[in-house]
Amino acid sequence: MAVVFEKPKTLSDATLHYCPGCTHGIIHTLVAQAIEELGIEGKTVGVAPVGCAVMAYNYFTCDMVEAPHGRAPAVATGLKRALPENIIFTYQGDGDLAAIGTAETVHSATRGENITVIFVNNAIYGMTGGQMAPTSLPGQITQTTPYGRDVSTAGYPVRICEMLSTLDGVAYAERVSVDCVPNIRKAKAAIQKAFENQVNQKGFSIVEVLSSCPTNWGLTPVEALDWLRDNMIPYYPLGVYKDITGGDK
Amino acid sequence: MALKNFLLAGFGGQGILFSGKVIAYSGLMDGKEVSWLPSYGPEMRGGTANCSVCISDEPIGSPLVLSPDVLMAMNLQSFDKFIDSVAPGGVAVIDCTLIDKKSSRTDITAIYVPATALASENDLQGLANIILIGAILKHTGFADFEAVKKAIDKCVPPKKRHLIEANLRAIELGMQYE
Amino acid sequence: MAEAAIKSGCRHFFGYPITPQTEVAAYMAKRMPKIGGTYLQAESEIAAINMVLGAASAGVRVMTSSSSPGISLKTEGISYIAGSDLPCLIINVQRGGPGLGGIQPSQADYWQATRATGHGDFHILVFAPSTIQEMVDLVYTAYDKADEYRMPAMILADGMLGQMMEPVEFPEKEADQKIEKPWATTGHQNKRAHNIVNSLYLDPNELEQKVVERFKRYERIKEKEPLAEEYLVDDADIVLVSFGATSRIVKSAVNSARAMGIKAGMIRPITLWPFPEKAIQKAADTVSCFMSVEMSMGQMVDDVRLAVNGKKPVYFFGRTGGIIPSPAEVLEQIQKTMGGAK
Repeated sequence: MAVVFEKPKTLSDATLHYCPGCTHGIIHTLVAQAIEELGIEGKTVGVAPVGCAVMAYNYFTCDMVEAPHGRAPAVATGLKRALPENIIFTYQGDGDLAAIGTAETVHSATRGENITVIFVNNAIYGMTGGQMAPTSLPGQITQTTPYGRDVSTAGYPVRICEMLSTLDGVAYAERVSVDCVPNIRKAKAAIQKAFENQVNQKGFSIVEVLSSCPTNWGLTPVEALDWLRDNMIPYYPLGVYKDITGGDK
Repeated sequence: MALKNFLLAGFGGQGILFSGKVIAYSGLMDGKEVSWLPSYGPEMRGGTANCSVCISDEPIGSPLVLSPDVLMAMNLQSFDKFIDSVAPGGVAVIDCTLIDKKSSRTDITAIYVPATALASENDLQGLANIILIGAILKHTGFADFEAVKKAIDKCVPPKKRHLIEANLRAIELGMQYE
Repeated sequence: MAEAAIKSGCRHFFGYPITPQTEVAAYMAKRMPKIGGTYLQAESEIAAINMVLGAASAGVRVMTSSSSPGISLKTEGISYIAGSDLPCLIINVQRGGPGLGGIQPSQADYWQATRATGHGDFHILVFAPSTIQEMVDLVYTAYDKADEYRMPAMILADGMLGQMMEPVEFPEKEADQKIEKPWATTGHQNKRAHNIVNSLYLDPNELEQKVVERFKRYERIKEKEPLAEEYLVDDADIVLVSFGATSRIVKSAVNSARAMGIKAGMIRPITLWPFPEKAIQKAADTVSCFMSVEMSMGQMVDDVRLAVNGKKPVYFFGRTGGIIPSPAEVLEQIQKTMGGAK
C-alpha cells in the first residue's frame, strides 16, 4: 500500500487537545511541514503562547519555550539575540498577540527582529470560554458581548497585518485562511515563506491565519468554516500586506 | 589625617559633582579609602546640587556627610543651609563673589575666596569650583598636590583634554589666594 | 556592577530606562556592542524581563536592571522564570514607594524581594551589598548560585549605592561558567529529545510535585547559602540588624556607641533570601535585645523576629520615603533603648 500522507516528524505523537473541528490542527501541521521541508528542525526553537495553543510545546518536536500571556515576541527576541544562528518562531492567538501582547508584537516588529510569527486569528478567546477578542467582529455575539459587539462601547476590531505593514521593521506580512483546500495551500506557502525569510536573514515575518472556533462560535465545524468565509474574510481581506524580501531568493 | 568629610554645595552647573570627583580621586591617588555620593537626602531641594566625599585611612562607614570637616559653598542657599553643620574645628570655603554673608561661628575657619570673580579675571570661566579646591588644598592639605594633578588628569573627560592646563592654573590660583 | 556582570560572562542585557538605575543601562549600551554582546532597550519592563526569559532559556548569562516601580512590572516574568527553573540576574536599585514614590534611596522593597516577586509558591536568591566592591563581588556569586540552583537571583541595592562611587577591584578571573545546561532550548540538532521550558502543569498532582521538589532545593539553599557579616557581636548587649547602605550608617553608630561605653554590635544580612537565621539565633542567646534599622517602615524586622522567636525583644528604627537615617539618629535610638533596658 502506498503512503499518500504522512504526519510531519516535527509533530509529536501526543494527542492534540483541540476541540473537534478546530483548525489549530491544520495550522500546526502546516508549521511542522514548513520546518521539516526546510530541514531546520534541529535548530528551531518555538515559543508557545497562552491561550488554546498553550500546549503547543507538547505537539512540536523542536525545542519549545512556553511564554507568559502576550510575551512570546519578547521571549523570542531574547532567544534570537542569544541564538542568532537558530530559527525562532512564535505561535500566538488573537488575545495573546493583539490584546495583552500588542506592545510586544508591535515593538518586535518595528525592531525588525528576525523571527517568524504565526498569528492564529479566530475572532474569539477560545480557551477561557468564548469572550470577546480584539479581533471579534462588530455585532459578533460572545460571552462578554451577549448582545453583539457594540463598537460604540467595545471599540473596533484590530487589523494586525494592515497595522504592522506600516512599520519599517516588518519584512513580510500576509493574511491567509484555512477555510478550504485552495486557501490551505496558500497558507502553507505563506508559512513556508515566513520561515525561509528568517533563514535568509530577511527580518520580521508574520502570517495571520484566519481560523475557526466551532465550539465557541456555537456552530458545527462546517458551518464554522462557512461563517469564517462569509464574515471574517470580508472584514479581514486575505493577501500580502507587505513583502520587501525581494521575492524568491 | 584619619578622616576628612567634605560637603560641596551650590547650583547645578557650577561643577559641584566634578569638584567632588577631583577630591575623591585625589584621595584615591594618595592610597586612601574614598567615597563619592551625589546630591541625596533631605538636602536636595531648590535646584541645588551637592555632593558628599569621604577620604579616610579606614573603610568608610556612612558615605553621607551630614557634619562636614570641609564645606565648600557656592551659593547663598547652601551657605545658609550647611554653615551650622560644619564640624567644630572644620573649614568652610566660601565663594564670596556669590555669597555676601559672613559666618558668625568662631569654632570654624571660614575662608572667603572671590572664586567666580577670579575665574573671569583670569580667563578661567567656569572654573571657580576648581579655584575653591585650590583654596581647600591650601588650608587643609587634604591630599598631595601631585595627587590632585593626577586626579584632574583622571577626571577630565577625553573630549575636554585641552582644559587640563586651565584646571591646573585654577588650582594654583586658589592655592595662592590670600 | 555592569562590568562585573560582563566579566561573569553576561553578554545579554535587556532593560527599560528608570531612575535611579540608568547608569547600569548606559554602561551596558556602551560596552556590549564592543564585545559582541546584546544591549537592547525594550519597549517596557515587561518585555525586558521576558527577553531575559528567552535568553535564559537559551542557556546564556543574562541580566536586567530596574528600580522599584519597574520591578513591580517585572514580577510576572520573574514568576515564570522561577516556575521554569531558569537562572538570571535582576538588579533592583530601590527607590521610595509606594506608587511612583520618589527617586531617593529606599529599602522598602524587602518584602517584595523576599516574599512576592510574583505570584505562586517560589523564592529567588536575594543579595544585598553594602559597598560598591561588594556589589561587584556579589554579581559573580549571584550568577554562580543562580546557575547552580536554576533560579533567578536579585541584587537588591538602593539609590545610594546605585549612584555613589567608590574604588573597586575586579577579581581577575574570567567566569568559567562550568555549569552545564543540558535543559537549554538551543535547538536539539536532531541529537537529543526536545527540550521544553515551561511553567504550566495542568495536573495538580504534577504541579504539587514540581513545587515540592523546588522547595527541597530551597531547603538545601537555606542550609548552605546564607551569608551575614557580624560586627562586634560576641560581647554585645544590643545587636543592630541592618542591610545594604543602611548598615554603613549603623556601623558608624555602633562605633560611636562603643566609644560611649555601650556594647553595641551589628549583624548585616548579605543574603536576604535565604535569611541568615542562624547568625541571629546564635546572637539571641547572648544579647539583651535587637534593633532592626531599615530605610522603610519595618520589613526585615519580621524576619529578625521570626529568627529570634520571642527569646529577646526586637525593636525597630527606620526612616522612609527616601530619607537616609543619620548615624546620630541611630545612636540616639541605641541610647534610648539601652537606657530603657537597664
